Amino acid sequence: MFDLSGKKALVTGASGGIGESIARALHAAGAIVGLHGTREEKLQALAADLGDRVHVFPANLGDGAAVKALAETAEKELGGIDILVNNAGITKDGLFVRMSDDDWDSVLDINLKSVFQLTRDVVYPMMRRKGGRIINITSVVGVTGNPGQGNYCASKAGMIGMSKSLAMEIASRGVTVNCVAPGFIETPMTDALNDKQKEAILGSVPAKRLGTGDEVASAVVYLASNEASYITGQTVHVNGGMAMI
Amino acid sequence: MSDTAERVTKIVVEHLGVEEDKVVLNASFIDDLGADSLDTVELVMAFEEEFGVEIPDDSAETIQTVKDAVDYLEKNKA
Repeated sequence: MFDLSGKKALVTGASGGIGESIARALHAAGAIVGLHGTREEKLQALAADLGDRVHVFPANLGDGAAVKALAETAEKELGGIDILVNNAGITKDGLFVRMSDDDWDSVLDINLKSVFQLTRDVVYPMMRRKGGRIINITSVVGVTGNPGQGNYCASKAGMIGMSKSLAMEIASRGVTVNCVAPGFIETPMTDALNDKQKEAILGSVPAKRLGTGDEVASAVVYLASNEASYITGQTVHVNGGMAMI
Repeated sequence: MSDTAERVTKIVVEHLGVEEDKVVLNASFIDDLGADSLDTVELVMAFEEEFGVEIPDDSAETIQTVKDAVDYLEKNKA
């Protein structure tokens, strides 16, 4: 539907459920795709499955030097990055009053600080080329809040504010910055829930089902396309109606 | 024109899309050449790349005109 032929995309967290769907969708739309992740075997397996137009870039986003190296390597090997999808994220859930500094820091470091660092390095060449797409994968809970996820919600809300600021700064350079906020999506994490938990979740979703990774990926492909060139600083919610914002 | 001034002029022409004859030594990037604040950051980053130097923020703030850039780079270039 949307043609990304010849575009170079870097997807972080491509070894996870939603990240894999995004990487597959961008690839199917014709993009050359760089897969970042921490589980190299999973990335290699995905790369082998996709065939050509794929590069693999394992890196630990908790390490600032590794983030810098990731930006440099990907920029060089892909020959310039047109589309950056910041999808990698972790959770360290716990009730607020019992949350440790470590659990706070590690979630903020991976989910927010590394996004800042990677985007900072990737966006400058985009500005010089007068075009690019930054797509940040946030979460519905970054807007609504969620008990037990104070750190995660802070990181995802932070991502939205950061994206808006950057969008304002670089809109005149033809680079758009948007967020996609998934709701409850079928992933290994939601598979692990029992029937009662699933039922409780579905009670809050008007669509009465979980979303799929592909449904999140479609929004990413659209925002990455030329057709979305006048959309910037926005958050697209893909959540079956569970929160209408 | 010195070699540094020539290289600075080339970068300014390229980044701001202005006529080369407008890029005189006392031209201010913002007031005379139509740069916005992001342009000035981009120019500093381009100077850093071209001349292999790192320009700290407090020095970058003092680079307001073509001459400021040329003088700074003459003094600090690798």
